[in-house]
Amino acid sequence: MFETLLQNLGLSAFSLKGFGPLLLQGTWMTVKLSVMSLLLAIVLGLLGASAKLSKAAVLRIPAQVYTTLIRGVPDLVLMLLIFYSLQTWLTTFTEAMEWDYIEIDPFAAGVITLGFIYGAYFTETFRGAILAVPRGQVEAATAYGLSRSQRFRFVVFPQMMRFALPGIGNNWQVVLKATALVSIIGLADLVKASQDAGKSTYQLFYFLVLAALIYLVITSVSNFALRWAERRYAAGSREAQR
Amino acid sequence: MIELLQEYWRAFLYTDGQNITGLAMTMWLLSASIAIGFIASIPLSIARVSPNPLVRWPVQFYTYLFRGTPLYIQLLICYTGIYSLQVVRDQPMLNTFFRDAMNCTILAFALNTCAYTTEIFAGAIRSMNHGEVEAAKAYGLTGWRLYTYVIMPSALRRSLPYYSNEVILMLHSTTVAFTATVPDILKVARDANSATFLTFQSFGIAALIYLAVTFMLVGLFRLAERRWLAFLGPTH
Repeated sequence: MFETLLQNLGLSAFSLKGFGPLLLQGTWMTVKLSVMSLLLAIVLGLLGASAKLSKAAVLRIPAQVYTTLIRGVPDLVLMLLIFYSLQTWLTTFTEAMEWDYIEIDPFAAGVITLGFIYGAYFTETFRGAILAVPRGQVEAATAYGLSRSQRFRFVVFPQMMRFALPGIGNNWQVVLKATALVSIIGLADLVKASQDAGKSTYQLFYFLVLAALIYLVITSVSNFALRWAERRYAAGSREAQR
Repeated sequence: MIELLQEYWRAFLYTDGQNITGLAMTMWLLSASIAIGFIASIPLSIARVSPNPLVRWPVQFYTYLFRGTPLYIQLLICYTGIYSLQVVRDQPMLNTFFRDAMNCTILAFALNTCAYTTEIFAGAIRSMNHGEVEAAKAYGLTGWRLYTYVIMPSALRRSLPYYSNEVILMLHSTTVAFTATVPDILKVARDANSATFLTFQSFGIAALIYLAVTFMLVGLFRLAERRWLAFLGPTH
């Protein structure tokens, strides 16, 4: 119906030529992949940040190596390295254990790879945010007899989120844009969908621009949501009037 | 591993026998796009902070577009998208420009890094100490001379830490160039991988080269900061 409406209005150049569902699936894949990778990266980032701030060198040094190595190597190189090696390692492992052959689901591999890479960036973000919480806050919490986990949950975490939010927002945008690369390792994301649609209709330019616009909408919407979150976590703090 | 290195070290570093490949190609991509981006971003950043909305908005729109979409999509549009248009193929000049993968890649990279650099420089101009500008105005500097003698030297220096980040991110972004058939380090690694099936080793070597270049850039920028940001350090 939508197609005929466009044709009657003389706007057939703007029709999706039946590729709407494919693009929608691709968009959904991109969003799903970015959100899952983001969650994994946040978990790894919190672990990494606590390891980096820990007094034990056994935790601190591996975390330092992790962030330095991962942030020094391009994400695409790491993606190809991990994605292709993950299966090889798993096969070697299952053969050594004499288990059945396990094939890694490409989606899971993509999430693990992206989460592992951006976990290093989140480690740095969270480390900075934890350090930005005034020392007296933790001392006061200790004086009130809160345990280690209570201290983190009720005192450090809510305050550190305010300092971490701009960094989280930046990293989210970077993760979202990095998922455009997963089409190179064979996942059917938005880029792949638009390329397929463009190639079969000979309108590659139109479909690629459309994909770019969809990315733009996602980044704009998430920017908006982030502003809101920043205001919410800034409750109780104020900036000087200029 | 040794055989892989023996066969491919030249390709990884500078040539496969015919073309420039590997590290040399990556460095060329990086320096060309960074240079174009830097030169274009200076006037654009001044326009970005202009009080006149007719000057400010187009630049803001440009940075919004290029910072809001992935570089990979931008490269695809430049390389395959634009060339699929009949209008472009009919124009002899555009046809020769967009048929060459190298031109498209550098165009996409330069436009992308220019958008980020413009925002970095605009931020530095905006956060400039008002006293510095007022003092310059009191000395009778206006317009062109106010910018070339006072505002830009100060803003460019103070944006050095952010700019070094952008350069390193750009180095990492050059890896998508292989999708446009440009033979950079990653392209050599992929070729080595498909010829030898030594996946971890092939990509591992590429990762190590990138890591070395990153460390080198970090070191260079640290030296640059020591020189140009010395006035921000503690006084002795």
